[in-house]
Amino acid sequence: MNHRIESHPILPVEPRKSIEFSWQGRKIAALEGEVISSALFADGVRVFGHHHKDGSPQGLFCANGQCSQCMVIADGLPVKSCMVQVRPGMRVEPVDGIPTLPPVRGIRGQRGVRELEAECLIIGGGPAGLSAAVELGKAGVRTLLVDDKSRLGGKLVLQTHKFFGSMEDCHAGTRGIDIAKILEAEARKHSCVELWLDTAALGVFSDGLVGVLKGGQEYVLVRPQTLLVASGAREKSLAFPGNTLPGVYGAGAFQTLVNRDLVRCSEKLFIVGGGNVGLIAGYHALQAGIPVAGLVEALPECGGYKVHEDKLRRFGVPIYTSHTVRSANGKERLESVTIARVGKDWKPLPGTERTFACDTLLVAVGLDPVDEFYHKAVEFGMAAWAAGDAGEIAEASAAMFSGRIRGLEIARALHRPVGEVPEHWARTEALLKSKPGKLGQERHPPAREGVWPVFHCRQEIPCNPCISVCRQHLIDVGPNILGTPRFKGGACTGCARCVAICPGLAITLVDYRKSKDEPTVTLAYEFSKGRINPGDKVTVLDTEGARLGDVEVAQVLPVGQGQPGLLVRVKAPTEFAVRIAGIQVQGPKESEPTKAYAPRVEDDAIICRCERVTAREIRELIRAGSRDINEIKAVTRAGMGACGSKTCNSLIKTLFRQQGVRLEDVTDNVERPLFMEAPLGAFCGCEEDSNGR
Amino acid sequence: MAAEPRGFDVIIVGAGSVGSPAALSLAEAGLKVLVVDAFASPGQGANKAAIGGVRATHSDAAKIRLCLKSLEVFSTWKERYGDDVEWHQGGYCFVAYRDKDEATLKGLLKVQKAHGLDIRWLGAEELLKTVPDLRPDGLIGGTFSPGDGSVSSMLATHASYRQAKRLGAQFRFEERVVQVLAEGGRVRGVRTDKGTYLAPVVINAAGPQAREVARMAGTDVPVAPDSHEAGVTEPVARFLGPMVVDIRPAEGSANYYFYQHRTGQIIFCITPSPAIVGIDRRETSEFLPMISRRMLGIMPKLKNIKVRRTWRGLYPMTPDGSPLVGRCRELEGFILAAGMCGQGLMLGPGLGGLLRRLVTDRLEPEDKQTLDLLSPYRAFAGVERLK
Repeated sequence: MNHRIESHPILPVEPRKSIEFSWQGRKIAALEGEVISSALFADGVRVFGHHHKDGSPQGLFCANGQCSQCMVIADGLPVKSCMVQVRPGMRVEPVDGIPTLPPVRGIRGQRGVRELEAECLIIGGGPAGLSAAVELGKAGVRTLLVDDKSRLGGKLVLQTHKFFGSMEDCHAGTRGIDIAKILEAEARKHSCVELWLDTAALGVFSDGLVGVLKGGQEYVLVRPQTLLVASGAREKSLAFPGNTLPGVYGAGAFQTLVNRDLVRCSEKLFIVGGGNVGLIAGYHALQAGIPVAGLVEALPECGGYKVHEDKLRRFGVPIYTSHTVRSANGKERLESVTIARVGKDWKPLPGTERTFACDTLLVAVGLDPVDEFYHKAVEFGMAAWAAGDAGEIAEASAAMFSGRIRGLEIARALHRPVGEVPEHWARTEALLKSKPGKLGQERHPPAREGVWPVFHCRQEIPCNPCISVCRQHLIDVGPNILGTPRFKGGACTGCARCVAICPGLAITLVDYRKSKDEPTVTLAYEFSKGRINPGDKVTVLDTEGARLGDVEVAQVLPVGQGQPGLLVRVKAPTEFAVRIAGIQVQGPKESEPTKAYAPRVEDDAIICRCERVTAREIRELIRAGSRDINEIKAVTRAGMGACGSKTCNSLIKTLFRQQGVRLEDVTDNVERPLFMEAPLGAFCGCEEDSNGR
Repeated sequence: MAAEPRGFDVIIVGAGSVGSPAALSLAEAGLKVLVVDAFASPGQGANKAAIGGVRATHSDAAKIRLCLKSLEVFSTWKERYGDDVEWHQGGYCFVAYRDKDEATLKGLLKVQKAHGLDIRWLGAEELLKTVPDLRPDGLIGGTFSPGDGSVSSMLATHASYRQAKRLGAQFRFEERVVQVLAEGGRVRGVRTDKGTYLAPVVINAAGPQAREVARMAGTDVPVAPDSHEAGVTEPVARFLGPMVVDIRPAEGSANYYFYQHRTGQIIFCITPSPAIVGIDRRETSEFLPMISRRMLGIMPKLKNIKVRRTWRGLYPMTPDGSPLVGRCRELEGFILAAGMCGQGLMLGPGLGGLLRRLVTDRLEPEDKQTLDLLSPYRAFAGVERLK
């Protein structure tokens, strides 16, 4: 069965060459350059194996090379399916139990290990790393940038939405996917910057060397004069029964499947976590034509930008605040999700459960910095910096800025005549990291005449594209980009440029010029073109998603300049024209709870995915007095798995807190290389006989 | 918070490979035991760096005897105590690719057999039946001792700790001994950075820190730690029975060894040469290239197994490579159980029994010979052949 996205309102769906590989002996098609996990998802395969400890089904979780849950056997060897591209004829099998090490026909030779020097080594080619590389390139610093993916841009390549921030500083109003291309092109301009893709950093060593696995094959030791860790973030996990069922995975993994690889990986999904990542993932799902049954957030308010939350509500997705996931249900894969209201102790309140049928639950409960390389480098006294999420979790716009600043700082440290880091850079970085601020009142036009922009953007966030695009300079956000936009008054021409650029889709244009009784309202619309046509009756909603009424579509226009997205003009009655903020895309049926029986398999949450350690086992140790995460690891194996405690460490800390133990009293896990598994043969440049692989 | 001085029968400094099983053994004898350790939980020093090999295949009577006892304890642990310490009886294989090593290994068989060790020489063909993935080119043969095996160092030590606690032994973690208390030539207890504890017997099982602790008792012991580096792979289905030890030296290293743990993981370790003396435990970039070259040299099949983690551990070395066990002549009641030279885990349970008999004055005739051989006051003339 084909689960591919054939058309997308934002992303171009380009024809790609089809190649054939096999899964459990069955021939299936993949697209050239695609990773195994995405090819399997596109074929409807969700279960990648069964764990050797308890036979539990295993599937994708992070799609980011971090967690190791998506292991499959490819041509005889266990690999992370989210990191390895399909080759024609590749034989892929599930990992059922402990894999068998294949024979090796003989070793031809050992090349040894190449060592090379760099003035600066950057780990990570996302917004921060690329931005730093650009600055270092300008300064003529011999820079090597390594990234473990086959494409540069990091998580920018998943971001189909337009960026917040300021247009001058961080490409606000431009989509993440396009920013990735801009940054890559800028970095490639500089011949002193070398870019290695498919190259994972494995470890930082006390003798000042960094081991990387170039092209997934060649182990190279890099001796950098300076090290910039721009390795981004990894998604946090959440502890609830059924939390490792195939179908329960990270919001980032979802965006990878849908936006990077154009796989329609779900028929209906549910989201846990009301931060920007979860809210945006919901929007991305709707754009890909995947219904969203709902979103739960444990706090009384969503933590993400209000414009993202409003947008999701307006499209018809219910958001349940003060709710959490009670359990993910299903036997081999997710069949439904049970949510419940949370009580004062953050535990689900019995009797408030509701169950929703869905095949996917996105976990979007925050990010942890990928900072182990930085910690080790600092421990070993290396000249090291961290930028982007590896330094502090924030928006990608801030990551770009911190990358630029670190780049300049490094160039300075290498005695390049680059001058001081401009003071306003630091101010801008701080501004871009601002958490969402106060919620204000929506302002409406004072008169029913002329044409007016209406800003359904009521929360202080760092964003200003609307003021930058207004040719008449009629929009103001106050002294810095944190303020909410305000129409200063004056001769608005109704050009709708502000409507088209707004990353939050939170600006409408109300035009009374043709009719005072039936003005038109222009809205941005980022769904497929065929979905809406002049003459259609559509349901319009206010800022927070309350239904206003049904109105007629007057016009559907492209936003222009070759950009994807549409402007929709509706005819609206005067009484609510100014309150119209969105057009419903998902009807209430999609978000109805089910009364059907919810098959539950797990009755305890898994903390360590790799070693299948339950919350109960760890809680018992804490209750027995253990205050050392190393001891928990020694006794339960939590953290001893392939991922190296990347997903369980923060969950274990949560368990300590829940047991009333202060984290200051807990000894943390000792981090040791390798931070990514790599074949033993790579470390001596081992070459197998030509008969072998 | 100043703790009241409290009375114990025995205080053990160190809750590691030696201190934990000693605590259990002493608690089983009904003694009131206190263990003090600077780390936050048991086995967090040199113990957890141990790769898990347990062998009686040594070259001297004392270690053979103690380790035979340890093997008995580990192999019956589950039945006796219920905990799974991941015991696996895969044996040990010292391989010979050079005549010189064949001579060394064969030369030791006599003394090993004389002490009841089940060990035999296998020619190349027979050895390949036991370890089919060894590189056959140039293989002369090797010793095979099927009674040897492996445990999880962490689980074993934690199990001792748990069982000792169950019998009433007390453990103080994150407490550093700052003074050994003495009066009239007799030990009285210890003072830590958090409190004072009294006992007529204090056992120094402080591993790499043993010299520091001994100095507090007014005595010096020749224990100097050096470091070895080790690693662990992903788990794979069992294909390797015994621990493989290659005693050939090469550039940068003396011997190296690896085995497949009960979990299916390959655990490996190398002895740097010259030794890296000191307590630096930070990982180096040299280790993996060095050991992968050597391991793949004798077992090409390991090429594709993925390395998961590496670490560096301390070997508290003595001048002749054998432990220092016995009563301190300078301070009555102060007992040494130190300088395990990287073999604390395999000596631990055997040593625990010996220490119990020493403390309770129930030494058996064999014990006296063992203690003579391991005496801290010996001449350090010989050199352990199978370090």
